[in-house]
Amino acid sequence: MLTYIAKRLAIAVPTLLLLIIISFLLMHAAPGGPFTQERALPPQVLANLEAKYGLDQPLWRQMVTYVWGIVSGFDFGPSFIYKDRTVNEIIAQGFPVTLTYGSLSFALAVLVGVTLGVFAAIYHNSWLDYLAVGVSIGAQVLPNFVMAPILVLVFTLWLRWLPGGGWEGGQWQYIVMPVIALSTSFMASIARITRSSMLEVLNSNHIRTARAKGLPERKVILRHALKPAMLPVISYLGPAFVTMITGSVVVDIYFSTGGIGKSFVDSALNRDYAVMMGVTILVGALTILFNLVVDILYAWIDPKIRY
Amino acid sequence: MNKLLLTTILSIGIALPSIAATPQPGETLAENQNYTYWLLDAIKSMDPQINTDVEGSGIMRSLFEGLYNEDQVGSLVPGVATSYELSDDKTTYTFHLRDNAKWSNGDPVTANDFVYAWKRLADPATASEYAWYIELMQIENASEIIAGEKPVDELGVRAIDDQTFEVKITAPLPYFPKMTTHASVFPVNQKVIEAFGDKWTEPGNLVGNGAYVLKEHILGEKVVMEPNPEYWDNEHTILQHVTALTINDNDAALTRYLAGELDRVQIPAGQYPRLKAEYPDEAISVPQSCSYIYMFNLDKAKGPAALQDVRVRKALSYAIDRDIIVNNILQGGQAPSYNWTHAATEGFQMPEIDYATWSQAERTAKAKELLAEAGYGPDNPLNLTLNYNTSEAHKKIAIAVQQFWKGVGVNLTLNNMEWKVHTDKMQNQDFEVARYAWCGDYNEASTYLDLFTSYSGHNNGKFFSEDYDRLMKESKTAADPAPLYEQAEQILADEMPLAPIYQYTKVEMIKPDLRGAGLNNLMQNWYLKDMYRVAN
Repeated sequence: MLTYIAKRLAIAVPTLLLLIIISFLLMHAAPGGPFTQERALPPQVLANLEAKYGLDQPLWRQMVTYVWGIVSGFDFGPSFIYKDRTVNEIIAQGFPVTLTYGSLSFALAVLVGVTLGVFAAIYHNSWLDYLAVGVSIGAQVLPNFVMAPILVLVFTLWLRWLPGGGWEGGQWQYIVMPVIALSTSFMASIARITRSSMLEVLNSNHIRTARAKGLPERKVILRHALKPAMLPVISYLGPAFVTMITGSVVVDIYFSTGGIGKSFVDSALNRDYAVMMGVTILVGALTILFNLVVDILYAWIDPKIRY
Repeated sequence: MNKLLLTTILSIGIALPSIAATPQPGETLAENQNYTYWLLDAIKSMDPQINTDVEGSGIMRSLFEGLYNEDQVGSLVPGVATSYELSDDKTTYTFHLRDNAKWSNGDPVTANDFVYAWKRLADPATASEYAWYIELMQIENASEIIAGEKPVDELGVRAIDDQTFEVKITAPLPYFPKMTTHASVFPVNQKVIEAFGDKWTEPGNLVGNGAYVLKEHILGEKVVMEPNPEYWDNEHTILQHVTALTINDNDAALTRYLAGELDRVQIPAGQYPRLKAEYPDEAISVPQSCSYIYMFNLDKAKGPAALQDVRVRKALSYAIDRDIIVNNILQGGQAPSYNWTHAATEGFQMPEIDYATWSQAERTAKAKELLAEAGYGPDNPLNLTLNYNTSEAHKKIAIAVQQFWKGVGVNLTLNNMEWKVHTDKMQNQDFEVARYAWCGDYNEASTYLDLFTSYSGHNNGKFFSEDYDRLMKESKTAADPAPLYEQAEQILADEMPLAPIYQYTKVEMIKPDLRGAGLNNLMQNWYLKDMYRVAN
């Protein structure tokens, strides 16, 4: 197992490097640059800016300098647009925000999603099943960009219970709506995956055996069905967790949380090369990490899997 | 420059009263003097020489103070400078600074602070995106310094003594003093910048000379400011706690305004009539110095051949029904436009532009006639492409124009693109017709008209006219440039390198108890120190 983990981590390095190279090239291939603006900068002014940010260097050298900065000092460079800040500072400010509402959304989505899914499968074709499926389809077709304005309309404008946005260091009033908006569609997916996987497991031979030897239904479900039914759910949860803790552009924009989610779109539109690379690497690294976690969980849950 | 030749020919401001927030007779101040307003985007920098955007400039005007400020209608009022003199040859300005101006750390503000800041703006090492502004101000050696051909110390600015700041410019520039209200030429504190380096703009480190100090700055969330007790006129500062909230979605911001979380917000396109009916005291529409146009690409190599023909350009412009665009699409009190300079620009006299006075039916008829003369018609339809950047309002206008042009037999393909791509294509003459807008840097017509000179860096449509260049050059030294500007506009109407569409208004919701927000200032430059809330 340990060799396996070590091997996977070793592969992560070239994977990340490849990610950096491809993103870097794609980013520079897009028309315009960080200093392209409606009123074109005079050539000399542009030259001074490019010299300051090293954009006058050949592309390969920019890339080497960039990678060396990360390797030698964990330095992701300065933001080309938010010039008072470095990429490290931008991530250090925004990531804790998305990590907070993302983890809470994840917990809520898993808790409600799995519960709904399990009960829907146990009471297959009952009103409970239909309700669960109905709710999850409803949540699925209500994406966060629809949820967010509705939530603000109801809880801020009509009821005046919650502030319409902001973060204020993460006080609970400011977290409620982002969490609801972010978690619903994930919750729906988790419920549907859990339900279908659970249905399949409940019809399998080992469950029939368990029932045949007279185990109480509660034990059959908890001890024998739940664990194998979780396998497909877990492979969904790994990437979903990364997606959630790195935030959502819609949630960040609509609730003005100051989170990192908005940086994905912003940095791409602004051609803020360094920030764009920073968030890409962050998500890339987290994805690799949590795919590994998923694989480890697999081995733990399913005794048939050995690395 | 021979100092003996210096004559005082202009000396403003000495007799003017202080222009801080002054409640009018009959007004009672409210107990609540907090103010929360909306920012569309995060503030890119708190450094006056680095900041580039309009929203950032609003904050700069609160944290720093330049030589001059603007009053409620945009006229100059003393800031750190109380008066100035201009030499006979109109190229040396001597500004007299007040002796009681202080930085927020208690240091006196001196002429050297301006020298330092202005040199810093020009210095290639600073790499300011607004370095071009000091070139625009025509300060001696600015261009050479930016190009790295001369040392920074040769910039035409010096401190004669602590209270006297001298600026040399290369040619007379009648609106030079107006240009000093721009944030990029605000003074900065050398000691603080050298002590903290890139971190000097953080709350706690930042030292300014404006009426407010920075308390908090969370990128993408908020900026918090409070009065600066060291400010020379602090006794007249009324608002006590000011918060600027970043909300990237205009509709979300409006909802939060309606929920009472904001005191001022922009109204999203098309919603003004509804809000005006519902909140007559809060919804406002006031002129703003920006002009919305479709630019034609006249580049011989890259532009379409059809647009080389002035008859085609005129026909396209005539065929646009501006009234429909402003009344049915934008609905925010915008003015239909038949010229380039914003009509409310100070000192600008609107020329008599022929087609502005015609009815739309007459314009459309004329458009058809011109196109037929140019050889286009049902048998030989004209096909053009319009580039515009992503925005609901731009899209609606583009669709309307597509219909107007279809009416005169022109097929317009709409080409929507992301903003940076749009800009990049325009700047490389990689377009046929392109949506464009320009906002004045200062309240004077040349900020618009200079754009269409052959030597302007922003003339993306590559319109060249010797007469136009000559007029604009003459205007720099003319005692009264207004007639020259009129002639320049007339050339634009005759040659039609652009199709003017509308002139901007600022359409906002603002709490009715707020005063002093400078709504009648065409530049929409407001100063927190002038604002206050009255008791209802």
